[in-house]
Order: sequence, then C-alpha cells, then structure tokens
Amino acid sequence: MSVEVRGVSKTYGSFTALRDINLKIETGELVALLGPSGSGKTTLLRIIAGMDTPDAPAAEGAIADRADGSILFFGEDVATMSVGQRRVGFVFQHYALFKHMTVFDNIAFGLRVRPKSSRPSQSEITDRVHRLLKLIQLEGFGQRFPMQLSGGQRQRVALARALAIEPRILLLDEPFGALDAKVRQSLREWLRRLHEEMHTTTVLVTHDQEEALEVADRVVVMNQAKIEQVGSPAEVFHHPASEFVIDFLGNVNVFHGRIAGGDFQPGPLSANLPQLQSVGANATKIYVRPHEMKIARSKEDADAIEATVERINRAGVNAKIHLQTNQNDQVRVDLPLDQLDALALEIGERVYFKPIQARVFAPDYTI
Amino acid sequence: MANDKLKADSVDPWWVRWLLIGATVGFMVFLLVLPLGVIFWEAIRKGWGVYVKALTDRSARNAIMLSLVAAGISVPLNFLFGLAAAWATTKYTFPGKSLLISMIDLPFAISPIIAGLMYVLVFGLQGWLGATLASWGIQVIFAVPGVVLATIFVTFPFVARELIPLMQEQGSEEEWAAISLGASGWQTFLKVTLPNIKWAILYGVLLCNARAMGEFGAVSVVSSNIRGRTNTIPLQIDALYNDYNTAAAFALASILATLGIITLIAKTLLEQKIERQNGQEEST
Repeated sequence: MSVEVRGVSKTYGSFTALRDINLKIETGELVALLGPSGSGKTTLLRIIAGMDTPDAPAAEGAIADRADGSILFFGEDVATMSVGQRRVGFVFQHYALFKHMTVFDNIAFGLRVRPKSSRPSQSEITDRVHRLLKLIQLEGFGQRFPMQLSGGQRQRVALARALAIEPRILLLDEPFGALDAKVRQSLREWLRRLHEEMHTTTVLVTHDQEEALEVADRVVVMNQAKIEQVGSPAEVFHHPASEFVIDFLGNVNVFHGRIAGGDFQPGPLSANLPQLQSVGANATKIYVRPHEMKIARSKEDADAIEATVERINRAGVNAKIHLQTNQNDQVRVDLPLDQLDALALEIGERVYFKPIQARVFAPDYTI
Repeated sequence: MANDKLKADSVDPWWVRWLLIGATVGFMVFLLVLPLGVIFWEAIRKGWGVYVKALTDRSARNAIMLSLVAAGISVPLNFLFGLAAAWATTKYTFPGKSLLISMIDLPFAISPIIAGLMYVLVFGLQGWLGATLASWGIQVIFAVPGVVLATIFVTFPFVARELIPLMQEQGSEEEWAAISLGASGWQTFLKVTLPNIKWAILYGVLLCNARAMGEFGAVSVVSSNIRGRTNTIPLQIDALYNDYNTAAAFALASILATLGIITLIAKTLLEQKIERQNGQEEST
C-alpha cells in the first residue's frame, strides 16, 4: 500500500478542515478526492505532501495501538520527512511553473537541484527531459517560456516537471480547474492513458464529479472535513451512501414525504408518494435521479403525480424537462429525445410523472 | 492598454483635453522644470572654475563622502531588512503580523524632525543610553553614527513596501513547487524567489538610495552641522546658502538634482520591467 492516512485531523483556529480521516491508497491506483470547496480535500492532499502538518493527537483520544494523526508512505511514517524528502510529484491548479525559466529548465529543475553526489550527468538530464517532453507531446517546445504556452500545455509541463524526479506518489491539486471545458476533457483522457502507462500512485483533488468519475479507479467523496464514501466510480454513483453523495454526484430530485405505516421499502416507491408535503413523525426525504422517472400524458398509475410542463431543453442526449407539481415543487426529468417526441409534450401541459427508482436515507439508517 | 487610449481619446471634446493637458504641463514647467533649471544655471553662472572649485572644496568633499557613507550603510541594511520583512510577512503567519506590516510604514507617518529628536532622546548625552555609550567612548549624536542611524530610520520602509505587495500577489506556490522537487530553502530562494522579485528589489533600493542621499530633516537634528565632519550634502547646501555662498550651494545642489533625474529615469525603466513581469504572471 502506497499511502495510509491514519486518524488525521486538522483545525485552523476554530475551523475544522479535517476530522479523523482514515484512508488507504493502494500502489498504482488513481484515487480522486472529490468534494465541494471547504470539504478538506486540498488540506488532505497538502498534508500527504508535507506542505501542511496534521494536528497532534489529543492525549485522551489516542488509542495505544494506533498511531493517531500520521501519514505512512509504503508503511513508513513520514512525519519527520520534509516535502522534498517525501519525493512526491505535486501539480498545482495554477501550474506554478517557474516563469523565468524555459520549459526545458522547468522540467530539469528537480534533477539539477540535487546534491552533486546524486545528480544525474548533464547528458542524462537532457535525455530525461527530452523523453518527458515526448511523453507530454511537447517535443520542440523545450526552449519556450511558460507564458508562450496555452493553459493545457502549461499543465502538461507542470506534470512533466513533477514526473522528472520519479516521484513515489503523484499529487494533483485541481489540475484541470483553470482550463476550459474542451481542453479539460482531452487532458482528462490523456491523464488516464498516461496513468495506464506509468502506474504511478496518484491522488487527484477535484470538485468536478464528472472528472472524478471518469478518471479515477476509486473516488473518495468528502464533505465538511469528513469522508462520506469511498468506492469505485460506479459504486458511488449507483449506490451513494448518503444524502450528500447522491446530491453531489449529479442532479437529483428531492421529495419531502413520509413513509406510510412506518414501513420502509427500498426500490420503486409505492402508493406512499402522493402524500408528499405531509409532515409526520417519520418524515423523510426521497431522492430520485432525473433519468429515473417516467412521464405519461394520462394517469396510468394510481400513484403517478400530476404536474405542469414548465420548460423543455432539447440540447444533449437526453431532453431536460422541468415540471412543477401542484404543490409548487420543481421536478427535473431527463428523457431520451425519441421518448419526448413520442409524447409530443408542450409547455404548460398537464402530465403525470412517476419515479421508477428512488432512494431514502433515513437518519441512522443505511441501505 | 490600447483600449485605455481609445477610451481616453473618444470621450471629451478637444478643447477640454487641451485645457487639461496645457494646465498640467504649465504647472510642471513653472513648479518643477524651471526651478530645476535654475539650479543648474546658478551652479555654472560664475563659470566652470567656480563650479569645480565648489565641488572639490574640502568640506564639500567631506559632505559628499558622508552622504555616500550614510547611503552606503543604510541602503544595504534596508535591503536586507526589507527582504526579511517581506519574506516573513508573506510566507509565514504569526500573531501581530498586520501590526508589523503597518509598523514598517511608521517612518513615512512621522515627521523626520521627530525621528531625529527620538534618536537624540535615546542616544544623546542627556538621553537613556548616551551616558553609557559615552563612557565607552562612543558618540552617536552630533557624530557620524547618528547621521547613519537617522538615515536608516527614514529610509526604512522603501524596500519592504515594494516587496510585500508583490510577494503577496505572487503567493508561495512556485516556492512550494521548488521544494517539492527537492530544492533546499536556499536554492529555492536563489533560483525561484529572487528572479521573481529582482526588479522590485532594485526599484526599492533606488528609491531608498535617493531618499538616503537627500534626507535633510532627521539628519539635521542629529548632526551638529560641523562642516567637514558631520554635514551631509543637503546640510552642507543649507549651510552654504545661509552664508550667501550661492554659487557653491547651487553647485552641490546640482549633484543632488542630477541624482534625482537619474533616479527618475531608472525608476521609469524599472517600472516598465516590473509591469512586463507582472503581465507575464497574469497570463501564466
């Protein structure tokens, strides 16, 4: 195992950035730390890198056989290691390229600053930089300065610079956050291909759920200083462990309702649904993804809910339909274009929708 | 920048523009250029012989020397201090940081006369430390060390004030990048930080030097105006002028004026350099 985070907490004054985080990252995997800003994901990355230190464990909180608040690289506690000694490749959101140096000198930097005894020879450095330039598809750009490159090119140079020191772990802090959508998409795919080739253990911080789900082997969803869920992209998307995760990973309709008879049944919702808005002792929220709905022009099912078509957006694979219920709730339904055409919906029309699948996260209740 | 020009040219009618430009140029000529010209004119009015003699006179040479010594000590010290202060306040967080930053500006807020008096009160014979220092045979006030101290005080903020905003804006990501690549603190400073701030340092040093050479108020209090011993160039000019020795006074004044013009030109060039470097950052 490459990285192990054991009971790490971090507070800045009265702000808690991380609360007792435990995480294991296997060798060769690409893990995404996903969460909104302020969730602690960047703090965790910086602590792994050594740019920040975890809080010292509270004396009474420490369990004897567990090293609280420590980071292990390949089983070795790195608490006393400086950033440089940890040999991590760190890539920043805003590239942090040395702007007064050429691309070549930027990539060679990590090799040239080594003490004489471990510094590669001039020709070895040249060789390695050229190999890296080839890897990032920027051969012939060695003598350019960072300001002469596009954002995507700069970030590739930053990655090559980090890879030049043959890092034990690659840490990427919102690497594509400053790029536009098109470049981001292609760099994402490129990064994935690169990872298949090199298999460097990689931790990627992002607030972009699409990016995390597309690139990572495993996704760590973070919220408010805690880990909400760890799992493969498919797992976290299809089996979200909490309200936060389902809400954060894509669009979701939230219905406030209650479970009739105190009996809760996972899976398709039954006749309970029309009692939306009612408040009972067992009031709860029901989560339905926009594509997990069906729409009909007539009330085919007894439990279908009546609504008015407010807006139809046909851009994309699915049409996005905004409905308004009689209780003035906004509901979003994603419908394949051919189904929409078959229905021939018009704005202002009365329709009936029904969730095909729904999820409930009862307090202290996990499915 | 092309946009700025476009905007300025397209708004006001021509006569408003010419009136404003004319008024500005008029003020500049009457209040700045003409008086400056008079200095040079008065300096050489009585001929080159008088001019050269005024500058090579023993007390004049001493004044020039003392000004160079005062600047020569205070500028490097303030360079080091400015760098340390900028580094400490932009790369670290510690309690009282914002107080420290505002304290750096103290010499700008205090009248130089007061600054001089403070040193007299501390180091003068009747002051806190004066008697002790005198018993060790060290005289600060009314001697060269006092002049140097006063100069350091008034030039204190120049380098730090240039560097702090720049380094704040640049942040420390590049430094972190260098450190993560295995560079030592010293390597990071030399290869990453310094190239990013070198023009701003030069700018601060330049202004610091101009002020060090030209300071009158604070130095005048701690110096006893002993010609040939504790007079700097500005003090010597004042003394000569009070003696109605205008030719000599203006001759020395022409040196300071020349220094001022050179400073102005160098400052403009540096500003362009800094702007270009910052422009690079914005696009990076």
